[in-house]
Amino acid sequence: MAKVRLLVGTHKGAFVLTSDERRRDWKVDGPHFAGWDVYHVKGSPADPNRLYAAQSRGWFGQVVQRSDDGGATWEPVGNQFQYEGATSTHKWYDNTDHPYEFLRVWHLEPSLTDPDTVYAGVEDAALFRTTDAGKSWQELSALRTHPTASTWAPGAGGLCLHTIILDKDNPNRIVTAISSAGAFRSDDAGNTWRTITKGLHSNYIPDPDAEVGHCVHHIAMHPSRPNVLFMQKHWDVMRSDNSGDTWHEVSGNLPSDFGFVIDVHAHEPETIYVVPIKSDSDHFVPDGKLRVYRSRTGGNEWEALTKGLPQEDCYVNVLRDAMTVDSLDSCGVYFGTTGGQVYGSADGGDSWNAIVHDLPAVLSVEVQTLS
Amino acid sequence: MIRVELPANLRTLANVGRVVELSVDGPVTQRSVLDALEAAYPMLRGTIRDAVTHKRRPMLRFFACEEDLSDQPLDSPLPEEVAHGREPYLVVGAIAGGCLR
Repeated sequence: MAKVRLLVGTHKGAFVLTSDERRRDWKVDGPHFAGWDVYHVKGSPADPNRLYAAQSRGWFGQVVQRSDDGGATWEPVGNQFQYEGATSTHKWYDNTDHPYEFLRVWHLEPSLTDPDTVYAGVEDAALFRTTDAGKSWQELSALRTHPTASTWAPGAGGLCLHTIILDKDNPNRIVTAISSAGAFRSDDAGNTWRTITKGLHSNYIPDPDAEVGHCVHHIAMHPSRPNVLFMQKHWDVMRSDNSGDTWHEVSGNLPSDFGFVIDVHAHEPETIYVVPIKSDSDHFVPDGKLRVYRSRTGGNEWEALTKGLPQEDCYVNVLRDAMTVDSLDSCGVYFGTTGGQVYGSADGGDSWNAIVHDLPAVLSVEVQTLS
Repeated sequence: MIRVELPANLRTLANVGRVVELSVDGPVTQRSVLDALEAAYPMLRGTIRDAVTHKRRPMLRFFACEEDLSDQPLDSPLPEEVAHGREPYLVVGAIAGGCLR
């Protein structure tokens, strides 16, 4: 019988939740790294027992943990993230120049083929890679030295590189997103980058159609259709059918097109999920109702999914890395909230159950489908 | 033996109790104590002193014998009470800071 393993990063540690393919009964293991922020935990597609966790704390900096046994035990690995070359600058909130400083790892993206290779998206925005299972990290500096990089400015969450998408059919292609700089694509394994922001429109920057300055919150891709990208922007849900060369809005009938997460059904590349948030000032769901919205048409036409989710007095947020889908025949969808709940659906979103109610604020949720 | 007292998050990381005991070769200074601490517990590298600059992380301070040594030269001798293990060398986290994603 297949199993699923959820890897949950929270404000106060990591949790590993496991179940069989029925996804009714769950075992909760944790907290791992108690008291630390765990921004992200992710497993290697090439070796599901190889996990990596990004553990940090404002007082103590960054720690990276590796597990070789599916999260039962962990070992701290390298935590030296040194920018390559001379110190460059980005814009600070007051538009002064500010030196790039490493603060934390937001996202870990293991290679699709090599369990020892992992990409790390960090704040201040840069892309690092390890090829020795986390012992050492090297910056792919062409992104941070992109001609526009000196003009990037942080959003409220910091100047963070939070999205890394790899393409199984094209190992040279990497898509990244940075708040609040925009989205970038490399077609030569990170040696050069181009902005992929044409069609984005953001009223909170002086030129709403500028090349950079768009606060991209998350990007999702179905592995079978790497040229189709879906984006949840600060406001607006967007779609690209040409690997980001151009985008068009697919917010359609959403009650709010502000949000953080976006994900794609494991078997239906035109079925996508978002969790609308009321606004950038409120950062909680509209009308006190926690609703996942699903589009089966790749956007524009959305339906509210509410069965099993609180529909009154709910004021949580769902952060950008806190939604994931499993690959069982009946696709499972999972998300975590800032209120500490992790919800799961074993039927593609038709109905939901709270797997856990009272974790610390959830920062990220990833799932592994284990045979 | 030198006694070093760690804040709770670092005890969790290093899987140790409140106080760790270290032997230090040569003069007992803040630098030699921190070097010995990181040699004995490599997972602490970068968590007390920045991994790249090796400067004290801004939200930590170093106390001993009721004195704040945080801004003292790292190569100055530590008090005799610390050097002989009668008083601990304290690594202290600020009662502030951190941030939520």
